[in-house]
Amino acid sequence: MADITYSNIGIIGLAAAVPANTIKNLDYTQYFDAASVAEIVDKTGIRERRFAEQGTCASDLCFAAAEKLLADMDVDRSEIDLLIFISQTGDYRMPATAVLLQDRLGLGKHTAAFDINLGCSAFIYGLSVAYAMMNSGGFRKVLVLDGETRSRVYSPKDRKTAFLFGDGGIAALIGKVEQAGNSYFSLHSDGSKESFIKMDAGGYRMPSSPETLTEKVVDEYGNMRSDEHGYMNGADVFNFVLAEIPKDIRNLLSYSGKAISDVDYFVFHQANSYMNDYLIKKMKLPVEKVPTSIASFGNTSSVSIPLTIASQLTTEDCKNKYFLLSGFGVGMSWASCIIKMTDCYIADLVEI
Amino acid sequence: MQERFISLFKETLEMEGKNVQPGDLFREYEEWDSMGQLSLIAMIDEEYDVVIEGKKFQEIQTIAQLVEAIELEKTK
Repeated sequence: MADITYSNIGIIGLAAAVPANTIKNLDYTQYFDAASVAEIVDKTGIRERRFAEQGTCASDLCFAAAEKLLADMDVDRSEIDLLIFISQTGDYRMPATAVLLQDRLGLGKHTAAFDINLGCSAFIYGLSVAYAMMNSGGFRKVLVLDGETRSRVYSPKDRKTAFLFGDGGIAALIGKVEQAGNSYFSLHSDGSKESFIKMDAGGYRMPSSPETLTEKVVDEYGNMRSDEHGYMNGADVFNFVLAEIPKDIRNLLSYSGKAISDVDYFVFHQANSYMNDYLIKKMKLPVEKVPTSIASFGNTSSVSIPLTIASQLTTEDCKNKYFLLSGFGVGMSWASCIIKMTDCYIADLVEI
Repeated sequence: MQERFISLFKETLEMEGKNVQPGDLFREYEEWDSMGQLSLIAMIDEEYDVVIEGKKFQEIQTIAQLVEAIELEKTK
């Protein structure tokens, strides 16, 4: 089992950027009638999402968040030894977007830079990689950039996904924090469930072709998409989450020697309110300890956990607090961690 | 077990007052849709502490078979 402990590493700053373009779900009725849209909004709890303008990429949202963070905190850019870009919606097939961001942000050539492609669990995986590399002693500061333009991944004519996803980007600065103590991570994967959430075409297994770009009716409900759109089987995902996530969280709490009452904030991947509310109820978590941003930003995949912290909590809220973070989704891949924030600067939300 | 399940099932799918029989093909109910399916999954998890795997669930046609599947999972 991949249970890991790191020592005296922490998040020292966090900034988020979202597109200014706000989509109100109740008005998003070009393909579905207002009554069924209202029902979907009621069940999912997603009232608004942000859609990036054409030409704006996940990396641009991360760049804006990073510039804000580095300026606000007056960070010496030469101290950033590692840049990790987390996304499934990068700029190009190659090169890696992290390398482009190293140059755009004016970081030195000594900076190690690479991408992590994983989905909804990826922020925790990325943090784990950052903490591990910091723990090796060879790095002074790590910049974790995590961005997604999920609005472009799913078909607006497939009601199973049309109202869920939004865009956003964050920048997190990781450094040595003597008072942070131990951080605990658990990382998992189950590739036998690859078909639960997937985009079939556009990679090398099923390359792009006129056929893969053709929109077609995919089920008895008349939902339409192409093979280059993502799809999701909500019931399978829900089953998976009920079976795996409470178990993972219980195990991580026990591995870390902590109880639910020791944790100040539980931040879950923002999938939809129905599922998240059920998780809270099932695990008997106090709702006031579970910040959520689903109503305003929808499901932003890997970004949703740090975006929730950045948009719902202040610098003061995060002083000497224990966080339990849990991300789960496409893969299937899931990960949880318990980290202590001692003095993490939370920047004001950037809109671009 | 069956009687209690039917009462919970009716409550979950908002079918109170309707006639629900063990042999019914529940997927043909007017009230059955994808959100109904999520509610049913949640109810079975909450009441019986059981998660029926997606593939297995797809094969289940009647209320009685649902009850059987829950009982089978329970004995695991």
